[in-house]
Amino acid sequence: MTIQFNDETFRDDYSYHNSPAAIRRFPFPFDKDDYMYAVNMEPHAGGREGSPFENRFDVDEHYVAEMRDREITLKEDPLRCQSLPHMELAGWDLLELIMECKAEDYPELFSLHRDGDRWHWINRPLGIDHKFTFLDPTTLPYGPMEYITRQAQGDFALLDQREGNLWMEAGMVTSQADWSLDFDIGMNFFEWHAPVPLAHEMGIFQRALKFLLAIQQDTPSRRLNWTMTVNPRLDTSPENYHKWGPEKRTLTPENVGEKQYLRVELQTFFRLPRSNGLAFPIRCYLISLQDLVTVPKWGRRLHRVIRDLPDELAEYKGFAVNRQLIVDYLARFDDGKPTSPGIFPDE
Amino acid sequence: MPATKFTPSIASRPVYGGLKSHGAVPALMLANGPGGEALLELIKADPSVLPHTYMIYIPEGCDLGRSLEACGPASFFEAASYASILPRFRKLLADAGMNTRLYLAGTEGLIGQATSEALAAGMLLEAIDAEHRGSVARRMQCVHCKGITENVTTDPFTCSHCGLTLFVRDHYSRRHAAFQGVCVDAETPGEIPPRQEIKA
Repeated sequence: MTIQFNDETFRDDYSYHNSPAAIRRFPFPFDKDDYMYAVNMEPHAGGREGSPFENRFDVDEHYVAEMRDREITLKEDPLRCQSLPHMELAGWDLLELIMECKAEDYPELFSLHRDGDRWHWINRPLGIDHKFTFLDPTTLPYGPMEYITRQAQGDFALLDQREGNLWMEAGMVTSQADWSLDFDIGMNFFEWHAPVPLAHEMGIFQRALKFLLAIQQDTPSRRLNWTMTVNPRLDTSPENYHKWGPEKRTLTPENVGEKQYLRVELQTFFRLPRSNGLAFPIRCYLISLQDLVTVPKWGRRLHRVIRDLPDELAEYKGFAVNRQLIVDYLARFDDGKPTSPGIFPDE
Repeated sequence: MPATKFTPSIASRPVYGGLKSHGAVPALMLANGPGGEALLELIKADPSVLPHTYMIYIPEGCDLGRSLEACGPASFFEAASYASILPRFRKLLADAGMNTRLYLAGTEGLIGQATSEALAAGMLLEAIDAEHRGSVARRMQCVHCKGITENVTTDPFTCSHCGLTLFVRDHYSRRHAAFQGVCVDAETPGEIPPRQEIKA
């Protein structure tokens, strides 16, 4: 498999785009015509061929451009990547996990040669050829977590497990749906989810935590989450909210199909072998409404989901102000016909 | 001034359980303003907490220093401000043994900052008792510039560093000892809702 990497941007002129193949493989998050919170976990043990679920760390046509965007964000704000001192071992665990998976799943793009603790890593898309000593941070240009997550799409949180809880104590966060690593670092599972409405009362977080605490090595899990973003912007951080916020108010009936994006997070959870921490990659996928409706099932279903969503969720996800525009646009692609179960397009 | 009763809120917002005696074990007591009354009530309820106690009091306009000192703690120190007491407090935390208890009373800014120092020094959260007394002003971190604005009493308020107008969230970081402030007119620059007093 060869991937043609897009030359595109996630800011300023927003030249981000999905190829027809990328549209077909988009991880559409709704398996039925309505949505409510759920502990929607499933084993992360492969998936349909060509889908983002097939490999442990999906690499797609946006890889190189996303890594360039991460570099810009980190230059402006180094606090997007932080690791409390006791989390370095978990950082090495993550580095090993990502290098092993990418070298196995994409041998034409990545290679890893190991001779004891002397490792040789080759990342062809980013032009990296690097020999280093595993567990010796002086042989890397950054800490282990930062080094490898500058080469992996999506945000990453590393969670320490103690006192029957998970503590977010390291992370690389440059493509987040409006939460601050700098503020949340050091919080436990309930604290960093505190601002989420309704879900606490529904017992979602108690059940999710119980599940996550029990995740074992070699049995990673995954779930999908979603929100809406105006323009294909990865850095929708609270830090820069006063910079991207005004863009949310630029939608019109004429441009909504082009400028409004469905933002989907593929969240995965891996137990780490040395630290016993959890790696929590949060991979962001963006698709414009006009591209999404080219799959008739998705156009019909998204219309029904957004139309019927509880107000609190639209408010929390930050698109209440644009909801009517979105529903009016999508209504044109909903002929009222029933939709098939599951998330994939009809053949 | 009695202990403050806060409206129930989200899971990251601290709740203060009040001061309860843990008996005659080594203790650090730190209070500001009307927080001194909470220490007096604690001592009255169980005088055995005193003989191994190092007590620090920041009056902030209250006149409780003499009464606290008269109770007879092992050591008593009256300080002009939290900032001035910090080096001494850090030394006391560094020297503290495993069974040391920390009693904090006063404003959220004081309780939060002292808790953050104690945790950084390796003390466990369950070894800390806290009781809120006095002003409900908040210590706020600007999520944009990261600057801290002390003693915020209105929502929205102006960041004392970058000048943005921020709304007051209940989301709280124990590490920063601060609530989160977020630009209130980010989407519609200039449209700022009227300022309201922060309530408990």
